[in-house]
Amino acid sequence: MSSGDVWILGINMTKFGKHTDKDTVDLAAQAAMAALADGGVTMADMGVLAAGCLMGGGGIAQMIQKQIGQTGIPAYNVSNACATGATALRVVYMSIKSGECDFGLAVGVEKLSGVGLLSGGNRKDDGKTWNRFGRYGAVASTDGRIGTDTMPGVFAQVGMEYAHKYGGADFKLFAQISEKNHAHSTLNPLAAYQKRFTLDEIMNDMMIAYPNTRAMCSANCDGGAAAVLVSDAKLKTLSLEQQRRAVKISASVLTSDPYEEACQVLPDVNTLTRRAAAQAYAKAGIGPEDLDLVELHDCFATAELVHYDNLGLCKPGEAADFFKSGATWRDGSTPVNVSGGLESKGHPIAATGIANVWEVCHHLRGEAGDRQIQGAKVGLAHVIGLGSACGIHILEKSGL
Amino acid sequence: MSEQIPFVEYLHLAPTPHLVAHQCTSCGARFFDRRNACASCFGTSFADADIATEGFVRSFTIVSFAAPGIPVPFVSAIIECDGTSVRGNLTNVTADPEHVSLGMKVRLTTYVVGSDEAGTEAVNFAFEPVS
Ligand SMILES: [Zn+2]
Repeated sequence: MSSGDVWILGINMTKFGKHTDKDTVDLAAQAAMAALADGGVTMADMGVLAAGCLMGGGGIAQMIQKQIGQTGIPAYNVSNACATGATALRVVYMSIKSGECDFGLAVGVEKLSGVGLLSGGNRKDDGKTWNRFGRYGAVASTDGRIGTDTMPGVFAQVGMEYAHKYGGADFKLFAQISEKNHAHSTLNPLAAYQKRFTLDEIMNDMMIAYPNTRAMCSANCDGGAAAVLVSDAKLKTLSLEQQRRAVKISASVLTSDPYEEACQVLPDVNTLTRRAAAQAYAKAGIGPEDLDLVELHDCFATAELVHYDNLGLCKPGEAADFFKSGATWRDGSTPVNVSGGLESKGHPIAATGIANVWEVCHHLRGEAGDRQIQGAKVGLAHVIGLGSACGIHILEKSGL
Repeated sequence: MSEQIPFVEYLHLAPTPHLVAHQCTSCGARFFDRRNACASCFGTSFADADIATEGFVRSFTIVSFAAPGIPVPFVSAIIECDGTSVRGNLTNVTADPEHVSLGMKVRLTTYVVGSDEAGTEAVNFAFEPVS
């Protein structure tokens, strides 16, 4: 431990799936109370709260307080696309880092069961006379008429662009990535889906946006996740057991898109991820070769491939060969998405950026049961929200 | 002949259909939408720049599942037109992976989206294979 470090003291994720009897506040409260209990602290200790629920409108932080404890602390409502949970975590991290408080709580929650596929929004009805609207001066919705706004389509193009640039990736390879994550999910009791699929089943599933079939898309589901963070100074005053289970946040990074030529027509999920990774490795003094496991943002199978490269897990341009070597399976050199990833664990948007940190912490604490990556000491959690925002957290096991 | 208007402001129908970008006069960055300042260099001066009407497919997807009212399947593609990236649908090609390929050469074409009550036709652009 060194002065200025921030640690995860307690963390929890709910079962991901369909929660018909709980609303978003119930799920958030459940995760938050479990995270507090996991850390051995209460709301009375918390100095800050940051929470997000992307589809739920505003005010989730205050709604959570009303269910678990109103203590008058600053409450931040966070909204940052699929990086919302990671952003909430980082808000708490920054508050502690600044010295404003010693403890803070970050929460992400979403209810998405039955929502259908994430798209760019519904088409506007065409009017009786053509009227221009929006910044392109379009007379009707451009979605479907000038390319696609649907998420499966956008991320299909992200993967196909990589395939065009470097070769070696095709429909089958993208499907094999999905096969891996679904296989991994069978060991995760909190995953929304724990079903192993054959490659044929994945490739012959309903096509959504070539080359992404339904099995290769993130699963819409309900879920919440929460984390309690603590300053280094305060952690030293806690019990040995709390110190032993605490996980060090060796890097917390958030980036947005720098300008790139093509980013106006296809979101560039690469440049900001590469920058975030470079910053995170530098801050942590850790390289990609040191990582024992990685949870990365496989919102679609096509996305996972490009992030092998963006996170520096492989040499530039060699993501396809890297995957083919078996490196990212749970028994490989760099296990990726041993939770099952967004494709099978599920993607309750605002919860995802904390749930992936929970997964890494679970392994670093040696508490991951059947799916434990033996001897895991260092892990990385990555999310990306289109627009774009990229959050990366590098986590290290306590030395105690 | 009924009046025709472009589907988006950055499509110009005359003298022959082509796309026109707002080009930053300081750094040359090109934008199809209205910008308050340049995202690359923060300059506030823009001039029109004609975009090449031929290019190649740098990426594509075949969308089979879309919002209500959008005919599927359709091919959405990123076309590189002499250094400028353009987003558009592919047309006059069968929407399956056997007929669409990365790197294929395409050119801009137009089609009528529909007419409003006054009979005005909205004309949109798409890209078709160069045979
Ligand atoms: Zn400029």
